[in-house]
Amino acid sequence: MSANIATFATILFSMILVNNYVLVQFLGICPFLGVSKKLDSSVGMGVAVIVVMVIATAVTFPLQIFLLDANNLGYMQTIIFILVIAVLVQLIEITLKRYIPALYNALGVYLPLITTNCCVLGVAILAVQDYSADVTARGFGFAYGEALICAAGAGIGFLLAMVLFCGVRQRVEEAEPPECFKGLPITLVAAAVTSLSFMGFGGVVENIIAALL
Amino acid sequence: MSNPIVFAVIVLTLLGLVGGLVLVLASRFMAVKEDPRIAEITSCLAGANCGGCGYAGCADYARAIVQDGAPIHKCAPGGDKTADAIAEIMGEESSDRPAMRAFVSCNGGANCGVRFDYSGIKSCAAAASVAGGPTACAFGCLGYGDCVNACKFGALSVQNGVAVVDRDKCTGCTACTRACPRGLLKMKPVAPQPAVLCRNKERGAAVVHACKTGCIACGICVKNCPQQAIFLRNNVARIDYTKCNGCGICVEKCPKKVIHFMDGGPTSVDAPVPEYAVL
Repeated sequence: MSANIATFATILFSMILVNNYVLVQFLGICPFLGVSKKLDSSVGMGVAVIVVMVIATAVTFPLQIFLLDANNLGYMQTIIFILVIAVLVQLIEITLKRYIPALYNALGVYLPLITTNCCVLGVAILAVQDYSADVTARGFGFAYGEALICAAGAGIGFLLAMVLFCGVRQRVEEAEPPECFKGLPITLVAAAVTSLSFMGFGGVVENIIAALL
Repeated sequence: MSNPIVFAVIVLTLLGLVGGLVLVLASRFMAVKEDPRIAEITSCLAGANCGGCGYAGCADYARAIVQDGAPIHKCAPGGDKTADAIAEIMGEESSDRPAMRAFVSCNGGANCGVRFDYSGIKSCAAAASVAGGPTACAFGCLGYGDCVNACKFGALSVQNGVAVVDRDKCTGCTACTRACPRGLLKMKPVAPQPAVLCRNKERGAAVVHACKTGCIACGICVKNCPQQAIFLRNNVARIDYTKCNGCGICVEKCPKKVIHFMDGGPTSVDAPVPEYAVL
């Protein structure tokens, strides 16, 4: 049992820190640069991404195992995932508007932005890539759990990157960079340095979890 | 099953059909019925999302008008035209609303002394938080332009170290009044009347040390005002716009040149007195 917990914890924290989707794998850069100007909008976007990532993976993972892999249709993965995620995001939007208008007002602007976002598609595809082997080895339930934890970790990592970079960006803008660096150039430089700082987490998480348990 | 291409097409088509069906059903059964007036009102609001009305944006204000019965004249950038349009949609009488514009109640800037050299973040909020602020006057304009950034209409600028409002461009949205850490931006009705450009609450001698153009509360304007429209409060002259007729005697008499005309000079001594005017 504790081995299972260790596996899940390792996946969660390595998705947040070591394999951070934005800062290490460079997925979802457009919202990262576009929405990180203000703290409240970056938190809104981050939370919306967490919700969509977990729900998208919850649907696409069984779809891959039971529909695509079972019928040798693995090559249709990309187009089917895009279709399913687009439908899901629309469905989430309609449902939220009907039942939780407060959450809809908070996330509403960001949900359509996520529809075709590469990091949402990325987490669905990479979860299948990494954990579909475990379906035969350790059972579907365990692999499904791994995929969901992976999606949640990726979403939290996205939120973390957004919030951290929002702070960096505000400091950079207050620091009055040289005229030719103002705006996007200095933002990209700052993003590169922030991303470098996350490289330092490589290989740390597995050892910490192993030492704790 | 024999032809993999046909099978793949069938699977994709079915998935698309199922997805489409789910969305159609969802939008049919979970549709939120919105009052059509909300969209109508949103379209006739100014659309700047300035937040001057106190709501989260134009759409939120429109919702508040229809659902919560919010007052219809709060859209400052839209002005009377918008209020009339909303009144028509809501079937209400449109009442005259005061046209208020912002002004900076400080004319220090280069006239104001410096207490210490400040080299931190170039923002008024940050500068004001360091040991009471770098200006010699603890009430005056810091000149880093937080209000300029808050203004969505380009009506504010910093000139000679003090923020200045272009009252033709100002729409009265009050966004700047919330941005100033020293609360120097005030609203004044649009009328050729004077305004006191100082908020220094210190006594005369301290004001003279801090600023060349600070109100020393000498009371000359109070004594000379034929309308008794000026009074002193917290060592600063204040004008009661319900009494002021814009004669301009105070502007001439002020020894420190703290009182300035707004919206043009003294065109007529019998200028209409707006009843809504408050300080």
